[in-house]
Amino acid sequence: MSEKQSSPRFNTLAIHAGAAPDPATGARALPIYQTTSFVFDDVDHAASLFNLQTVGFIYSRLTNPTVAALEERCAALENGRGATATSSGHAAQILALFPLMHPGDELIASKKLYGGSLNQMGHSYKKFGWNAVFVDPDDPENFRKAVTPRTKAIFIESLANPGGVVVDISAVAEIAHEAGVPLIVDNTLATPALCRPLEHGADIVVHSTTKFMSGNGTSVGGVVIDSGRFDWAQNDKFPSLTTPAPEYHGLTFYETFGDLAYTIYGHAVGLRDLGPSQSPFNAWLTMLGLETLSLRMQRHSENALAVARFLEAHPKVAWVSYAGLESSPYRKLAERYLSGGCGAVMTFGLKGGYEAGIAMVEAVELFSHLANIGDTRSLIIHPASTTHRQLEPEQLIAAGAGPDVVRLSVGLEDIDDIIADLEQALAAIPEAKAAE
Amino acid sequence: MDHDSYTNAYLRGILEEVKTIAMVGASANWNRPSYFAMKYLQDKGFRVIPVNPREAGKEILGETVYPDLASVPVPVDMVDIFRNSEAAGPITDEAIRIGAKVVWMQLTVRNDEAAKRAEAAGLKVVMNRCPKIEYARLFGELGWNGFNTRVISSKRRKLAAPARPTAPSQQESA
Repeated sequence: MSEKQSSPRFNTLAIHAGAAPDPATGARALPIYQTTSFVFDDVDHAASLFNLQTVGFIYSRLTNPTVAALEERCAALENGRGATATSSGHAAQILALFPLMHPGDELIASKKLYGGSLNQMGHSYKKFGWNAVFVDPDDPENFRKAVTPRTKAIFIESLANPGGVVVDISAVAEIAHEAGVPLIVDNTLATPALCRPLEHGADIVVHSTTKFMSGNGTSVGGVVIDSGRFDWAQNDKFPSLTTPAPEYHGLTFYETFGDLAYTIYGHAVGLRDLGPSQSPFNAWLTMLGLETLSLRMQRHSENALAVARFLEAHPKVAWVSYAGLESSPYRKLAERYLSGGCGAVMTFGLKGGYEAGIAMVEAVELFSHLANIGDTRSLIIHPASTTHRQLEPEQLIAAGAGPDVVRLSVGLEDIDDIIADLEQALAAIPEAKAAE
Repeated sequence: MDHDSYTNAYLRGILEEVKTIAMVGASANWNRPSYFAMKYLQDKGFRVIPVNPREAGKEILGETVYPDLASVPVPVDMVDIFRNSEAAGPITDEAIRIGAKVVWMQLTVRNDEAAKRAEAAGLKVVMNRCPKIEYARLFGELGWNGFNTRVISSKRRKLAAPARPTAPSQQESA
């Protein structure tokens, strides 16, 4: 783009960032480099690549041109410095923490995270010796109270799945920075089309690109995006980045790569040793989805708001949790942090409880009963009997997934058809169950 | 000029124009950032001449190390400063004396007074940047590692110049 023009805006970046015409062939669409490995020019070139002294491709577990295009586009859309794509959103969370955490270290996380994250952090992280401490994010001071000398990061969702919880990103960022640790924000539900956490003080963003970023329900993937602004040398908490790395003959990542260090570590150590790289084909499908991200998020949000209002007025519905509703306790935070809509996902409670929830998911005809969000198709699930069933009853309620709760991911179909399907499914709940 | 930010055109112009770089503070230790930058810039076709009084007379990456800029026997287009901001002052004055066209101070190095003197003498100045990173960013390589280059284009980019050994010892082995 010409220097005279201002820097490109969101929709321009969504279509162009990371994907100029292919220099090798002139192909206008992004080529899929479906290859495991790349030849070296000579031994010296190979040595430079392995020593991280030059930029280039070695092996697709580390970097791949199609995947790198996705990484650059995600970094551009989140207004970050660099990105590391991963095989899934869960892999992104591990990759994001890997440069920061050592055995015995602590992570302070919102207790209203997506249930899958609560499971990953609460159980599997223990096997790495990483201790997750969960706090209620509605009062940011709870994060401050949980800080200890072993705290290495704070983790929140900008818009939580499934409760429609919006967290005060700037307030939590300030607490994280006072503690000398980065704030990591899962921005899966909002996407950068609605919220850019790095612009509100967060340091790292993670995504399950499986959801709205790819948008069509085709490709599992994740990404970690670094702002490049966190000073890793401000204390001695982050030796992986600030002390010599023996596996790279004493290279110190932060000193050598500056604001690129975290992302280079994500590839050169994280992907190299943990191995959850994204496949080029999934990266390509996700790139295709990103081209229409803000159009889709706008329509998802419009449809979801109409559905939320319909449900709120329905006699069999006890409550609706959607940040876009006037009744939402998160309305103010949503106005501050989400621009252009509150996304596709909501939860609501059925007066008939657990049994009514099961009856409803079995009665829908347009909505698909499955464990995902962020598809063009409208999706429905009863978390207590599916995604969240591993959680304890107390955790279920804390995560906004009690026995009466139904989660929707409102798709891009015509709104009248979406509402008609919900109407008939609600009508199908037996009266006895509805009245319980 | 405002040294908080540089246009892509300004940096690209410098990196296209410059052929010979004197690197002040070049290290013989391959783990040091200056060594990374020197090796990368050599690979991209620049001649990089190391300047470091402690290493004077030795060789780094096939190039003889000189004790100061005045001792470098060939014309220097750009002086790349791998020293602290204070040391960058007198090095900039030396760069002006030897007729360099560009003074480039590395990441975290910034000396606004020195920059003014250099600009008054007709030199171009870049501060708090790394030429390796900027070259990679502007000529399409940084995106290979997933970085936000802030460069978008509908034009087909020329393929990066192939590795071009410049130092004598490398030429022998090539």
